[in-house]
Amino acid sequence: MDMITFPTIDMTPILPEIYLSLLAMALLLINVFMPGRQKGYLGYISFVGVVAIAVMTASGWGIEVSSFSGSVIQDKFAIFFKIIFLLSAGLSILLSDQYMEREGCNHGELYPLILFTVVGMMLMACGTDLMTIFLGLEVMSVSLYILAGFNRANIKSNESGLKYFLLGAFSTGFLLYGMALTYGATGTTRIFGISGQLSQMAAPAANIMLLAGMLLMITGFAFKIAAAPFHMWTPDVYEGAPTPMTAFMSAGPKAAGFAAAIRILVISFPALQPDWSQLFWILAVLTMTIGNITALRQDNIKRMLAYSSIAHAGYALVGFAAGNETGVAGVLFYMLSYAFMNIGAFAIVILIAKKGETNGTVQDFAGFAFKRPLLAAVMSLFLFSLAGMPPTAGFIGKFYLFSGAVQQGYVWLAIIGVINSAVSVYYYLRVMVFMYMKNPSEEFEWATVTAPVALALIISAAGSIILGVVPSYVMQFAQQAAKLI
Amino acid sequence: MFDNVWLIPLFPLIGFLINGLFGKKIKNETVIGGIGAFAVLCSFVVSCMTILRLLSLPIEERLAEVKVFTWITSGNFNADIAFLVDPLSCVMIMVVTGVGFLIHLYSIGYMHGEEGFYRFFAYLNLFMFSMLLLVLGNNLLLMFVGWEGVGLCSYLLIGYYFHKKSAGDAGKKAFVMNRVGDFGFLLGGFALFWYLGASHNVWTIQFTEIAKNSHLLPTGGIVTVITLCFFLGATGKSAQIPLYTWLPDAMEGPTPVSALIHAATMVTAGVYMIARMNFLFIRSPETLMVVAVIGACTALFAATIGTAQYDIKRVLAYSTVSQLGYMFLAMGAGAFAAGIFHLMTHAFFKACLFLGSGAVIHSMHEALHHAHSHDDPQDMRNMGGLKSKMPLTFMTFLLATIAIAGIPGFSGFFSKDEILWQAFSNQHHGSLNYLLWGMGAIAAGLTAFYMFRLVFMTFYGESRITPKAKDHLHESPMIIVFPLLVLAALSVIGGYIGMPKIIGDALGGIPNYFEHYLEPVFRYSEEYLSQHSQHTALHPSHAVEWGLMGLSVLIALAGITVAFTMYVKNRELPSRFTATFPALHRAVYNKWYIDELYDFAIVNPVKAAGRFLWKGFDVVIVDGAVNGVANIVMAFAGVIRYLQSGFIYNYAWTMAFGVVVILGYYLFK
Amino acid sequence: MENLNGYLIVSAILFSIGTIGVLTRKNAIVIFMCVELMLNAVNLTFVALSRHLGNLDGQVFVFFVMTVAAAEAAVGLALMIAFYNNRETIDVTDMNSLKW
Repeated sequence: MDMITFPTIDMTPILPEIYLSLLAMALLLINVFMPGRQKGYLGYISFVGVVAIAVMTASGWGIEVSSFSGSVIQDKFAIFFKIIFLLSAGLSILLSDQYMEREGCNHGELYPLILFTVVGMMLMACGTDLMTIFLGLEVMSVSLYILAGFNRANIKSNESGLKYFLLGAFSTGFLLYGMALTYGATGTTRIFGISGQLSQMAAPAANIMLLAGMLLMITGFAFKIAAAPFHMWTPDVYEGAPTPMTAFMSAGPKAAGFAAAIRILVISFPALQPDWSQLFWILAVLTMTIGNITALRQDNIKRMLAYSSIAHAGYALVGFAAGNETGVAGVLFYMLSYAFMNIGAFAIVILIAKKGETNGTVQDFAGFAFKRPLLAAVMSLFLFSLAGMPPTAGFIGKFYLFSGAVQQGYVWLAIIGVINSAVSVYYYLRVMVFMYMKNPSEEFEWATVTAPVALALIISAAGSIILGVVPSYVMQFAQQAAKLI
Repeated sequence: MFDNVWLIPLFPLIGFLINGLFGKKIKNETVIGGIGAFAVLCSFVVSCMTILRLLSLPIEERLAEVKVFTWITSGNFNADIAFLVDPLSCVMIMVVTGVGFLIHLYSIGYMHGEEGFYRFFAYLNLFMFSMLLLVLGNNLLLMFVGWEGVGLCSYLLIGYYFHKKSAGDAGKKAFVMNRVGDFGFLLGGFALFWYLGASHNVWTIQFTEIAKNSHLLPTGGIVTVITLCFFLGATGKSAQIPLYTWLPDAMEGPTPVSALIHAATMVTAGVYMIARMNFLFIRSPETLMVVAVIGACTALFAATIGTAQYDIKRVLAYSTVSQLGYMFLAMGAGAFAAGIFHLMTHAFFKACLFLGSGAVIHSMHEALHHAHSHDDPQDMRNMGGLKSKMPLTFMTFLLATIAIAGIPGFSGFFSKDEILWQAFSNQHHGSLNYLLWGMGAIAAGLTAFYMFRLVFMTFYGESRITPKAKDHLHESPMIIVFPLLVLAALSVIGGYIGMPKIIGDALGGIPNYFEHYLEPVFRYSEEYLSQHSQHTALHPSHAVEWGLMGLSVLIALAGITVAFTMYVKNRELPSRFTATFPALHRAVYNKWYIDELYDFAIVNPVKAAGRFLWKGFDVVIVDGAVNGVANIVMAFAGVIRYLQSGFIYNYAWTMAFGVVVILGYYLFK
Repeated sequence: MENLNGYLIVSAILFSIGTIGVLTRKNAIVIFMCVELMLNAVNLTFVALSRHLGNLDGQVFVFFVMTVAAAEAAVGLALMIAFYNNRETIDVTDMNSLKW
């Protein structure tokens, strides 16, 4: 009898995904078989698991492995993004217990779902085949739909999940169509294969099928990163979703969208860079402007942060549009700093709000600084960072993004970015004005800070400061990661 | 050499952290105030050591950069956390820490018993930290960090009495105007970095490097654009036309803040920045002219407004705007050293005036409080006769007033006269010089008038409050008076280190120490001028110089005389004047209606636009379904008439619209 | 395969029909069915291209898309049921508590 010889497959690039999936499945089993309604301890297990996997992932730095006949790769770019995903997942897990307990939906499935989302995002970052990237994107999205609608009893959460689902599925159609057309034009779904085919074409920009494929893929990713005009789901979904999941969604999946889009466009389509650069130029301007201007008049803090997250996607697009190494490194750095500062800000929002997501307006921050000076100071730090004030992470991030654009000669884009960032300061500072310059409206019991939330706050605050004061250390990693080609 | 210079900003930062984090728990005012003041004292001591060491070096070697660590590197861009020690930054740190320390001391007494005492000192220390970063930073980015930091602290401190609505509004206004300025600063920095890098492959934002390579820059052209951007930044921070209206409103903050931030230090940041980048500004005659004209106009304009204010702090605020105008006039005339000199003397006498007014307000406040009167303790119409009640305050206030009025022998005279002379005799503006001088001289007369008006209304004549309240007027405690004495002494003698050459010569060859001391800083500008001077410098004779000096002194004396006649001898005159020219008085009293103009021309349209966009995007596109995307949708409308507005569709429509536009544009372009 | 264009045009038309359905329908389930139509239009494209190009990548892709669509359907229906439990409707015009 002939033995079937299996090809030896190097599992290294997807080891983190494998371990995460195993952990998630184990947690599901524990959830089913362990008695008791309090499932908070699952959060601790998953947090420890996430930290361990992050360490494991990071230890692969510098070792480049491609496997599954070029479908996945372990390179610095992938590792950098994987760390961002794990970071945002870890921080959101820390925030979940207190919130879910308050809202009465502390179901054990939450944590496995978060982990599956991370698996999907990781596949997007390390996939070098359109198929892998698509699969990763769907694993991520499907889990996120559930997470957005996780608070089943809450009508807003239902609506958020359903809206996200319908629109997300809709955008998937475009993305997939783009992939199909790209496949048709090049005959391959491998990212490196596509670039090889393109380099042999006489005039790739004249190939309608190829161009349409690329553009449709861009629209699909633009949806995931909430770039205008594909951003309209964002405020609704962010507002309705459970706050820790909003924090997670604004940091992780957005970064994943950037990871996949950067890898595909920079590696596969350098020949069409004038076209996609120009497109991102316009998208960046639209996204920044719409996000910032709409945020100006928002009273609901989650909604305001949702519009702000649109604006931040716009800033990151500035670096992407530049398409050079500084710009791409800027995107990587920015996504990391955004994870810190935004999740930190949402952590405070969780503490301010009360059961049933009431008490979530800017006005409810009145007098916060007098009741809880330390928390208010930390919140100010996050707001400064979001507003791009030196010397915080947000400032350095924007600085790299805009200088990437300037180096590429997109001076106007940088200027529009600076103007936008100046406008944005208004609505962030508005929160600070309420915290520091208004009397508390009534006697008020502020939520206690549980240990996990405190840990999340410490990590985010430290990240926002360290990346602002000594950014070069992290930046050098981002720069190495940005050397894609 | 200057290894410990990084300690200078560090001490206030530590003070900020201690007071900010633990102040609420410490509670004891002496400890909190002590920590705040002691931190600044430490910085002052280190600053003294630094300047002494600098002076011990030969002139050519008076420049050092102390790198603490590398901050940002990316490709050819590099920014360090590094401090620049040169004569200019040393003057600034001496002024900032010296005056700052005195004001911290004063605040311990002044803020006694205020709610949020620890908050006040934490902000004040944070301000000191940012300001020191601003003046010590060796590159544009670090300067910008300080620039933003001082703005933030100013914003926080203006709104310190947040329960007053006007305080919050004033903070907001300061914030918005400063943002406009900051934007100019950033834009200028970007343009400079990019221009030097792209066309000369010099990628740097370090001041010393830019200075060394400044010969690569052209005259005018791009440099004009860059410098105008920087100047826009300066007008925001230093309250010049058109961005000056926030400063008078900033008087809503506690008086020590007005003295420290809105008179002595922060508002001079714009002047410092121009002096720091003198080698750029000298290369653009157009910008120099703009700076000079704006400076002169501001000096004159703010002085006219100052003559009609009744709030004691507002008079001083307009006076500050006006004096800052002088400094910019000096910058525009290319007389950088003179401008910095005036910055220093102004810090002395204006801080003294503000602190003195604070003491007056404090005393008035208590007196009125005891008498259960609700009169405004800041309104000069309620004051009068305070001379005998507060002799020390009066004396120091008078000395500082004489100094600002430009009476010979006092510090303000030397610096102001030097500026006026430079405005008259500089080589940059041709016959415009006479106009600049004229405006400056008239402003000097007005300054003398409104300052003495203030003194006469406040300290002379009969007290205008109830006798009961009058008995409660008293001199302030020592901790408040001591800073006043020191500052008054400095206002008197501070000018002698920078005597104008002509006076020094007449007195037997006393050199202008200050100008010589600053010379290395302006070396590159001098080099440039010696190579490119197109106009031969005007060399008016000594007689002209003496004559002009005499004239400006006469104008000042005339101003004082008018004030004396109107407010001491013949007190019906002001009301008669008001009655004769009601329209003029109303216009001046209402600050020439500038705020209203702003509201009408800028604020309201912006608000309307914001509202429109908010309603427009979310309500029109989202709610009103098709309206926003009407044009495209109309084509489909005939086919798909069943389209009704529903929320998810609208999102989907927008997405589809985006896809169609993108595809349409790229496939058919 | 001579008439590749025919397949591509048919699938493009199907895709457009799906898109228009999403844009016009009110019932969440019908909207989701339209999305399915879009995905299957893409599947048709993939298969046709795969045959035309003579490599199997496209057909493998189709398997994944079908799997994913099944997973999406499960999750989507669950979300709709949750919404229905609260509001007793799955009409998207009633999803209006989150706006502006």
